[in-house]
Amino acid sequence: MAWEVFLLLLIVVAGTSGELCVTRAMKTIGEVKNFRPGALLRVLVRAIQVPWMWLGIALMAIAFFALLGALSIENVSFVVPVTALSYAAGALGGEIFLGERVSRRRWIGVFLVCLGVTLVFIGRR
Amino acid sequence: MRTHSELHLKTYILIFFVVIFAPIGNVLLSKGMKSVGDSSLHSVSDLVAIALRVFTSPFIWLGIGFLLLFFVSYLLVLSWADYSFVQPASATSFGVVALLGHFALKEPISPTRWLGVIVICLGVLAVGNTHPRTTEQQ
Repeated sequence: MAWEVFLLLLIVVAGTSGELCVTRAMKTIGEVKNFRPGALLRVLVRAIQVPWMWLGIALMAIAFFALLGALSIENVSFVVPVTALSYAAGALGGEIFLGERVSRRRWIGVFLVCLGVTLVFIGRR
Repeated sequence: MRTHSELHLKTYILIFFVVIFAPIGNVLLSKGMKSVGDSSLHSVSDLVAIALRVFTSPFIWLGIGFLLLFFVSYLLVLSWADYSFVQPASATSFGVVALLGHFALKEPISPTRWLGVIVICLGVLAVGNTHPRTTEQQ
């Protein structure tokens, strides 16, 4: 039981922090305005030189293996609704770690998405 | 004002790519892995045989290609838009998966699941009504 909770926590926390780190890396690159292939390639080359990017990818990899581990113990229809909490964690992390201003309307949207993801997986056949 | 709507437009376009590429990539990977089949894993030679079938499957390579396109689109949109905007908006892909499954693969979808898709879309609409970027750009 404790092991399960740990894995679920790891999926939500490591997955969300990983994406937040990747976002931070892309924010240091700055807004991409030129979408020609050569320019995009230069953006990607710059992105992989930002340490936040690698920390983010490592955390996302940990979350992926935690997901595989959790799926080997529990049903997918239980695991995925729990991971819908990532949307709430993401909005909170965006506020705290990235200084984003999450308005009430955006919070309501995040809550509806959590609810919807849960319903999608409860409704599995 | 012009740059304002430009920002909205390119955010929506990139999120559109994100929610299209990710489900297509996943469907292709799952199709590829199912065609590899359920095989028993007893020895190293079994592993090599499975790996060989996986990496010679065109569906797997196509799936990886689409997932790469998804990740690049995701990175690009995050270079200007809020994470707390992009993450919930990307949940539209649950709806795309349901539609793909229903119309392309003829999968039955339960009413609860359709309800979930509708609730997700409402959430995405609420998030989509906020400004994509609330931080100062350096």
